[in-house]
Amino acid sequence: MFLLFFILFFLLDSRFTQQELPACKPMLTTGWVISIFMAVGVLFIPLGACALNSSKKVVEIVDQYETVCIPSAGTKEARVQYIQDISTAKACTRQLLVTKNMAKPIYVYYELHNFFQNHRRYVKSRSDQQLLYGNASESSMANCDPQRLIAGKPIVPCGLIAWSLFNDTYSFKLNSVALVINRKGIAWDSDRKDKFGGSVYPSNFPNNYPAATNGSIIGGASLDPNTPLNANEDLIVWMRTAALPVFRKLWGKIERDLYAGDLITVDINNVYNVYSFHGKKKLVLATTSWLGGKNHFLGIAYLVVGGLSIAMAMVFVGIQIKCPRPLGDPSYLSWNKNKGRDLNTSPSATGVHFEVCGTFMFLEVKALCS
Amino acid sequence: MQSENAPATARSRLFSVISSKGPQAHDRHPSSSSGAGGPALPAARTDARKERVVYVDNPGRTNENFEFSGNKVRTSKYTLISFLPRNLFEQFHRVAYIYFLLIVILNQIPQLAVFGRLASLFPLLFVLVVTAIKDGYEDWGRHRSDREENNRLSWVFQNGRFEPKRWKKIEAGEVVKIFQDESIPCDIVLLGTSDANGVAYVQTINLDGETNLKTRYARQESASKHPGLAPITGKVVCEPPNRNIYDFVAYLEIDDTQAPLGPNNIILRGCVLKNTAWIVGVVVYAGKETKAMLNSSGAQSKRSRLEQHMNKETLWLSFFLLIICIAGGVGMGKWVHDHDSDLNNFPYYKKRDTADKKFMYYGPFGEGVFAFLSFIIMFQIMIPISLYISMELVRLGQSYFMVRDVEMFHAPSNSRLQCRALNINEDLGQVKYIFSDKTGTLTENKMEFHSASIGGVDYSNVLAAKISGTSDSSDGMQVEGSHLKSGVRLDPNLLELLQTEVTSSEATFVHRYMLVLAACNTVVPTRHSGSLQYQAESPDEQALVFAASAYGYTLLDRTTSTIVLDVLGEQKSYKIVGIHEFDSVRKRMSIVVECPDNTYKLLVKGADTASGSGSLADGHLQAGVLFATQRHLDFYSTQGLRTLVVAFKDLGQPEFEEWHEKYKRASTALVDRVKLLREAASLIERNLALLGATAIEDRLQDGVPETISSLRNSGIKVWVLTGDKQETAISIGFSCALLTPDMEKVIVNANTKELCVEKLKSAIREHGITETKDKQLALIIDGNSLVHALSPDVEELLFDLAVACRIVICCRVAPLQKAGIVSLMKRRTKDMTLAIGDGANDVSMIQTADVGIGLSGQEGRQAVMASDFALGQFRFLKRLLLVHGHWNYQRLAYMVLYNFYRNAVFVMMLFWYILHTAFSAQTALFDWNLMFYSLIYTSVPTIVVGILDKDLSHKTLLGLPPLYGVGQRNESYNSVLFWATMLDTLWQSLVLFYVPFFTFQGTTIDIWGMGCLWAAAVVVLVNLHLAMDVLHWTWITHAAIWGSIVVSFACFFVLDALTDKGFIAHYRVMFHMASTAVFWLNILLVIVVALLPRFCAKVLMQKFWPSDLHIARELELKNRAAISEFVKSSAPSPRMVELDDVPYSDKESKEDE
Repeated sequence: MFLLFFILFFLLDSRFTQQELPACKPMLTTGWVISIFMAVGVLFIPLGACALNSSKKVVEIVDQYETVCIPSAGTKEARVQYIQDISTAKACTRQLLVTKNMAKPIYVYYELHNFFQNHRRYVKSRSDQQLLYGNASESSMANCDPQRLIAGKPIVPCGLIAWSLFNDTYSFKLNSVALVINRKGIAWDSDRKDKFGGSVYPSNFPNNYPAATNGSIIGGASLDPNTPLNANEDLIVWMRTAALPVFRKLWGKIERDLYAGDLITVDINNVYNVYSFHGKKKLVLATTSWLGGKNHFLGIAYLVVGGLSIAMAMVFVGIQIKCPRPLGDPSYLSWNKNKGRDLNTSPSATGVHFEVCGTFMFLEVKALCS
Repeated sequence: MQSENAPATARSRLFSVISSKGPQAHDRHPSSSSGAGGPALPAARTDARKERVVYVDNPGRTNENFEFSGNKVRTSKYTLISFLPRNLFEQFHRVAYIYFLLIVILNQIPQLAVFGRLASLFPLLFVLVVTAIKDGYEDWGRHRSDREENNRLSWVFQNGRFEPKRWKKIEAGEVVKIFQDESIPCDIVLLGTSDANGVAYVQTINLDGETNLKTRYARQESASKHPGLAPITGKVVCEPPNRNIYDFVAYLEIDDTQAPLGPNNIILRGCVLKNTAWIVGVVVYAGKETKAMLNSSGAQSKRSRLEQHMNKETLWLSFFLLIICIAGGVGMGKWVHDHDSDLNNFPYYKKRDTADKKFMYYGPFGEGVFAFLSFIIMFQIMIPISLYISMELVRLGQSYFMVRDVEMFHAPSNSRLQCRALNINEDLGQVKYIFSDKTGTLTENKMEFHSASIGGVDYSNVLAAKISGTSDSSDGMQVEGSHLKSGVRLDPNLLELLQTEVTSSEATFVHRYMLVLAACNTVVPTRHSGSLQYQAESPDEQALVFAASAYGYTLLDRTTSTIVLDVLGEQKSYKIVGIHEFDSVRKRMSIVVECPDNTYKLLVKGADTASGSGSLADGHLQAGVLFATQRHLDFYSTQGLRTLVVAFKDLGQPEFEEWHEKYKRASTALVDRVKLLREAASLIERNLALLGATAIEDRLQDGVPETISSLRNSGIKVWVLTGDKQETAISIGFSCALLTPDMEKVIVNANTKELCVEKLKSAIREHGITETKDKQLALIIDGNSLVHALSPDVEELLFDLAVACRIVICCRVAPLQKAGIVSLMKRRTKDMTLAIGDGANDVSMIQTADVGIGLSGQEGRQAVMASDFALGQFRFLKRLLLVHGHWNYQRLAYMVLYNFYRNAVFVMMLFWYILHTAFSAQTALFDWNLMFYSLIYTSVPTIVVGILDKDLSHKTLLGLPPLYGVGQRNESYNSVLFWATMLDTLWQSLVLFYVPFFTFQGTTIDIWGMGCLWAAAVVVLVNLHLAMDVLHWTWITHAAIWGSIVVSFACFFVLDALTDKGFIAHYRVMFHMASTAVFWLNILLVIVVALLPRFCAKVLMQKFWPSDLHIARELELKNRAAISEFVKSSAPSPRMVELDDVPYSDKESKEDE
């Protein structure tokens, strides 16, 4: 029906076939240019101010702990050896001072640096089918290598991502009273409902049997064989792989306000290995705004672009006053210009004059700046 | 003995010519050839490949070796079974598809699998399927027409009588009978016709497009007998099938006599029998071996200038692709090398699997190489393959508009523009040289008898009242009841003179003159429902016959042997003894007739240089007549008339006998027939009595002067190549505004090479070799000089001089010289050449030029068949070049640059991400978004804009012809623009990548969410980039651009709502992202920052260095404003912009709003 209409239109409408359809022919006259720049400026500066303001209101407490939480400085190898040794206890206590009032909810993140969760090898090393249904076709699991099989059977959940699940744990005390962290609701609802199965249990997850499997290093957290995957929100959060090598993952929420001067004590079980790749680990407590976390970039960028636009608008106002070029002056047509030059007559040499004018403007601006 | 031997030896020589082995072939079989009467022909057997023997009415014997094709034709390419393999095979002939395929194959290697299997196959499958459907549909049409053709019926002689037989069953050697108005099923040699003299008339419109009837003859040897009356035994020995429809060499052997056969004896497939009750002929070529089929190959494909440039830039893009892939590969190698010992401890790498075996790890070098290959797969669209498909579509759309343009529709001939070549549309916008034929191209080629000079008296005193018989009036010629339509201007004195008795010498002259006009020609009178019509191959002859008829000498009938004239009401019959047809050496035609009073007369007409000076008698009066006639000829020439000289001779008995003997021998000769005939002609074509001269007017077509002056103003150099005399050419030059009085004429006519060189040199010395503004040069050079000037060592001089001249007129040129001139210019300049012509003699020129244009005029369709574009009238050329050519060029030039940008910006954006994924070939974008990007998200707007965008209205373009220079100077597509675009692309890709990067660094953003943002940002950005450059917004443009963005977002959401296996990874991501403010703020920021430099550059350029096009656009805007103001205030006259010296036709016309 629609097609028929189209065909009829093309065949019958002579304005179409003669290329004379009514059309708007926008022309970037100086007036328009100034208006456009002004409009961008007027739109961007308030937006930028607003964004910057709300970013500034965000309160963040960041504590980098991967170096302070191991006994000695040591070489990289020593650190790796330390962290891989299961027998040593790796508890570590950090104290965080709240410097500004923080309104609930306060989010608890861990932040990793230099961790390429976006490495191709890593991103594809999972089986979404298996995560949802438990058993999956061979082809669906093919990408799980090098963490695909254990004792000849498919690992559930298979793949590098699940294997490397972050397993540092934190327990918080506020002014030496235990602070309750809500660890539920940190993953996307859609992931919990439709991507991870409620009847898929990690029965043979290799991290659960550190001693039994030879040659296999522990990648990260073990998984409770009695908890279905969709109940393990840490796993779900972790498996939404990060876009960039510096990233945060939500760990929990503090559902009360914190006040300036509050002292938070965190007992960290520092077991996750970031030493092999010179990674950093940070614990982050932060509030959010309508723009997300604390990041001034957007606000500043909007302000700069807005300011620049206003400046450009001014420049064009200046140009219009200094060297106005009449609209549609035929003497600027190349063949008229050349003729003017050849005959050495002045009236049609305005084009040349105008170019000179432009250069002078440029020089004047330069002189002003220096 | 002699008569038997001559054809025999001649034959063997004939075939030696065909086999191009020279005398050896002739020497090899002298004996076999001499035994001409024998049934076995060893020569024929050994040279079986070089000649074909067809046994008349004996298809069995003819085809016993099965070497001749049957008559089934197949123009279709595929059968049901062969379609798939063959179509695929043909499609993969294109390099682009091979590239596609290689990428897909690479992607199937596990180590390299960048995309999902299905997603990676999608683009290739899409293109293959679309093309296959198109090819299949076209082929289906061919199948149908083939079936229709093959199942038509013809009467074939079988079992002693003619029975109907399907065309596809007809074989070589069979005898077929064809009735009036039937089509000829295959190439047949005429054996007999319903006419006692063996004449048949055919229409060849399907073959060469000529509408007049052609005469074909059956040999007298066979005409008397045909199957059904007496069994025919004989054979036709002919050359192997070839595609030359104007030539045929063969002989017919019947009852031990041999008769030569020429192109007049064969009727080709596709012709229609007319005015003849029936014919009988033997099939010589059938099916695909017929000349019509051999000629049905498609138009040769040309590549446009823009596309050639584009390919160079595509190489640059390949180079960029290579660079970034190598960079990525080296980066990967180095990264792996640096971390080799730790890789197994990297949780995101882990080079050993659970069984402690290395998993997909090949060391730094191997990883580097694999990464390199992966990047090639990932960045494949850097090479814009979709561009080639888009360009085809855009050209198709452009062609549609060109064809539909009513301004280029010629109502009288009901002809539109035809686009025969689909891939050089944009060349029309870059033409620098136009080579134009004159007759039929600049002029109408509708010849009208203008004036006569008879016996030294000029009869051109035409009274307007006496002009009679124009097509609309009914009082035309009444010739014994038949109605003759003609529009001849009559001279009253001459009419009066014709009515008087033939006593005065003046009257004798006049009567003889009229006799020559009426009889000395090849015009065939035919009768249609009582009215007399003349079928002439040459419009000049037709005009002369009409003129003679108007003065009372009406040609009533013509057979091979007699001419019947109505002479002032009295019917007279003239017996034709011999005809010397027109040839380009003698430049004349003569005919020997036996008059009713049994005297022999030679009637001659020809070009003045040929019939004139040298060969005239010195009889009484001649000196005076000669002088007067020469003066008249000169006068006619300066008026731009076409002149012919008419002469006459009474043949005495001895002279006649001598000639007749020679003529008879010559006309049956198989070899050198032309030469022998020419010798015979030279025997009598001397000492002629000059009767006078004719002047025929060939009027200029409508709008030619305007068109030419527009073309000249637009910077195009117009060359006219004509066969006319120098004076005629110059006068035509003035009348069609080619020459103007202020031009300085450089005339070169030299008979020797030295003189020619000298003239060229002196002209160059005098005028220099650069074109100057204040002095316009016109070069006029004649054919004789061109012969020398085109020789390799002189051509540079000619070229230098010609380049300095604004216009060039070449007069007295031969058809081959036309092509020579074009190819000289094509070789020596980089500028675009265009040739336009209407006749068969322009074909070589049309094919040589970059753009060939054929006029569908009076002289058949050969020029059209060879052309890239066909026009109805010369004046349409202005619109075709200045408007459509300009638009096509602008549109395609922009489209190419935009497509380069569109793909490169996407690839570069992906590349920046690679630097943050440890050089692994990971994209943040969803596979399907990657694949849809160039196919769905961004493809439609560029095609729509490529078809519909209009930088300037046609009125402006026609009013300001110099605007055409934009294309000639490659202003819209050149290296500078390419590199500027690439810089812009680099900036935009950096903005695209780094704005989200800085926003989301160190946040919880996941890879697919980031990908969503990038995909959305890039789609909106490239569409807005296009929107920023669109100059002409119709609702279709709006729909395409905004629709594209909407459809893209719809796709994003739909793809992210699917839970199927291939889509689950991306489930709900877009919904999640789109609900955040940062997402939209990012897109806004990306767009503004990315487009800012381009916008500023554009605005500043327009402000300080405005291009001609921009000023013209401002003029349009200003005029529009002035008009609307005028309408509002209804002031007496709106103040309009005065342009310097260029007419600006837009002034009073309303702008299209």
